[in-house]
Amino acid sequence: MSTVATGLKTANDLEQYRRHLLGERDPRAHRVRVCVGTGCTAKGAKGVLELFNRTAEEAANDGVIVETKCTGCHGFCERGPIVVVDPGNIFYHGVKREDVPEIWRESLTGGRIVERLLYKDETTGQVAKTPDEIPFYKAQHRIVLAYNGVIDPTKIEEYVAVGGYAALAKVLTSMEPKEVIDEITNSGLRGRGGGGFLTGRKWRSARDAQSEPRYVIANGDEGDPGAFMDRSLMEGAPHSVIEGMIIGAYAIDSSQGFVYVRNEYPLAVQHLSTAIAQARELGLLGYDILGSGFDFDIRINRGSGAFVCGESTALMASLEGRVGEPRAKYIHTVESGLHEKPSLLNNVETWANVPQIILKGADWFASLGTEKSKGTKVFSLVGKVKNTGLVEVPMGMTLRQIIYDIGGGIRDDKAFKAVQTGGPSGGCIPARYLDEQVDFDRLTELGSMMGSGGMIVMDEDTCIVNFAKYFVGFLKDESCGKCTPCREGIAQMLHILEGIAKGEGKDGDIERLEQLGTLMEDTALCALGKTAANPVLSTIRYFRAEYEEHIREKRCPAKECPGLFNYEINRDVCTGCGLCAKKCPVEAITGERKKPHAIDQQKCTNCGTCFDACPFSAVVKV
Amino acid sequence: MRETAETPKLFAPAEGIAGIVDRYGGDRDMLIPMMQDIQADFGYLPREMLKELSESLCVPFSRIYSIATFYASFRLEPPGEHRITLCMGTVCFLKGADRISRAIQREFSVGPGGTSPDGKFTFCPVNCLGACALAPVMVVDGEYHGGLTVDLAVNLLRKIADAGKPTEATRNGKKKERGSKKK
Repeated sequence: MSTVATGLKTANDLEQYRRHLLGERDPRAHRVRVCVGTGCTAKGAKGVLELFNRTAEEAANDGVIVETKCTGCHGFCERGPIVVVDPGNIFYHGVKREDVPEIWRESLTGGRIVERLLYKDETTGQVAKTPDEIPFYKAQHRIVLAYNGVIDPTKIEEYVAVGGYAALAKVLTSMEPKEVIDEITNSGLRGRGGGGFLTGRKWRSARDAQSEPRYVIANGDEGDPGAFMDRSLMEGAPHSVIEGMIIGAYAIDSSQGFVYVRNEYPLAVQHLSTAIAQARELGLLGYDILGSGFDFDIRINRGSGAFVCGESTALMASLEGRVGEPRAKYIHTVESGLHEKPSLLNNVETWANVPQIILKGADWFASLGTEKSKGTKVFSLVGKVKNTGLVEVPMGMTLRQIIYDIGGGIRDDKAFKAVQTGGPSGGCIPARYLDEQVDFDRLTELGSMMGSGGMIVMDEDTCIVNFAKYFVGFLKDESCGKCTPCREGIAQMLHILEGIAKGEGKDGDIERLEQLGTLMEDTALCALGKTAANPVLSTIRYFRAEYEEHIREKRCPAKECPGLFNYEINRDVCTGCGLCAKKCPVEAITGERKKPHAIDQQKCTNCGTCFDACPFSAVVKV
Repeated sequence: MRETAETPKLFAPAEGIAGIVDRYGGDRDMLIPMMQDIQADFGYLPREMLKELSESLCVPFSRIYSIATFYASFRLEPPGEHRITLCMGTVCFLKGADRISRAIQREFSVGPGGTSPDGKFTFCPVNCLGACALAPVMVVDGEYHGGLTVDLAVNLLRKIADAGKPTEATRNGKKKERGSKKK
């Protein structure tokens, strides 16, 4: 909780407070930052932090000043737990409890470097001391994620010390609401949640709407599987989102805001709740914010596990305490949304961009990115790529730069097959478009979309039919069932895809899928149904031959669809350990001990147990 | 729809429905948070509690029931002793989460969203836990376990079933044990 007893009454108070916080810092102190994002925590970061804390307490008696703090996600989750030591900004990865004494002795108090915990580039062998020297970070441009990994998200003091809420002070003291909207419009910021609608235009429509009161909503219902930038942002820099929302509320004259957070993100809920309470305590939320006469407060609502609630009208229905079913948007939510009042809904990443634009100016923001997509975008680079994590890059970077330069290329040096962007509403982009620039419009032209920024890399071992089937299966579970095209269309698509993946596909199936997809696009009620066919249509567009191979030759070239390939034992590699025979559920494997074994194809059910069990990789797919 | 992760407990158990309703000033808009609080206290939504909530807010019971069945995170049955949340997100799927799911279902005779006959485990496959760097990932009683294989997952759960508490070694169950030969 905040250590500040009294609220800030004016913008000047805020600046004084910031100076006071900076002045309080002990220049002699050494600092250690431990990432406690979901990724690092799962790998044991809490234990590491606790040990640093304890050591620091003990050392304080001897006059050694070491400040420990927890931070939000650094993005490089692959290498967690991540620990950074100051001065020097020394980046250690994969830190375990056992490593703490050595870091303490050598690095924190000794001023030396623990070489073995530094990042080492696999290909060049080069060792990196600071994050800037690591290829994963080098090509990034962090605006939204700038505070992640730097400040403690549970302390408002830290956010204020790095210049937090200065944009709010600027807006309240020197800008008219109209000027704020102009600034956002001129920056060219587009919605980061999927649609890519111009944020400034949305704000203006909300402002111009006749009815009152007006509401401000942050969409943190990050439902796209494979995307976690919003989670990291809410966990690592919750105040950026809150500050953006207050500025938005001032611009459209709203006094009540809502943050809708996914239920699966308990840490994000916790950090946001803390942040809101602290902002209230400091006088940055509530009545008469910084003496401006402007009132605004924020409430958190947790989602309850419905993907469709990421859709704006469904989200608002959920906020009203109803089932999350979307409605047709003849009238936009900026005019008639929550309780049929004007409601300005933006994604949390969009909100987090706002304070930066206000502080640094629309021109600065517009100088980043491409002609029609300005600024940066956070992508969650995941799948069969070497460096999994969150990356923030200027719009217009090529897929190759993101996947190879930052992501380090494909795992186990396999061949790149495709990258899926935009979650279940997006599509797959094949290797021949690797040099395309990533921005809203180019991705749409390629049959995919920006979406919330998921980037899932597939290698040669991924079956495209199986992958499309996965997304359609996901959407079948998540369709709310209100409109027929979506409810029935998705089920039919899944039925056809399951047939193809089982080797029961028929000629004409591909055409049927295309027809159904187009029909749903034209007739479904909300974006979920309209875009549900994208994963199928885009894979048919680029990988038609693979679908045809499944249908005509009953073969799965990636060897993923059970029944469309066989398992065999490579006699040259098999040591005859008998592990596979022991694990086989249908006793299809036989062989003498210490002699190569064999699989009886008549009995084999293609379950893959032997493939998983073999320690020598002697079981192969043919 | 699929089940989702456990509703986080934000408050201490309140004094019955009246306490929960008061917490939100009786605002009917906050029906879902109220139900989330009930579930946080009891682990599921007991029928009599929902009845009481319906009367107290003057909201039809049918509406409460429709919400309870629409949103995947609500449960109408008491959960088992341990809660398994298995991520079925895209990345986990690519890395074999469906095989882990099948193995768990077979091993503990439990269906998605169901509870094992011995009451030990409630198994909830969820859409995405947003911990893609750990894929495939599973949460058991609030603790994350990443980089799983079928064997690691099943062994971990067997240990929990036997002893109760997971050991340090299995908790940090690293990938790469057999990662080099992914398919």
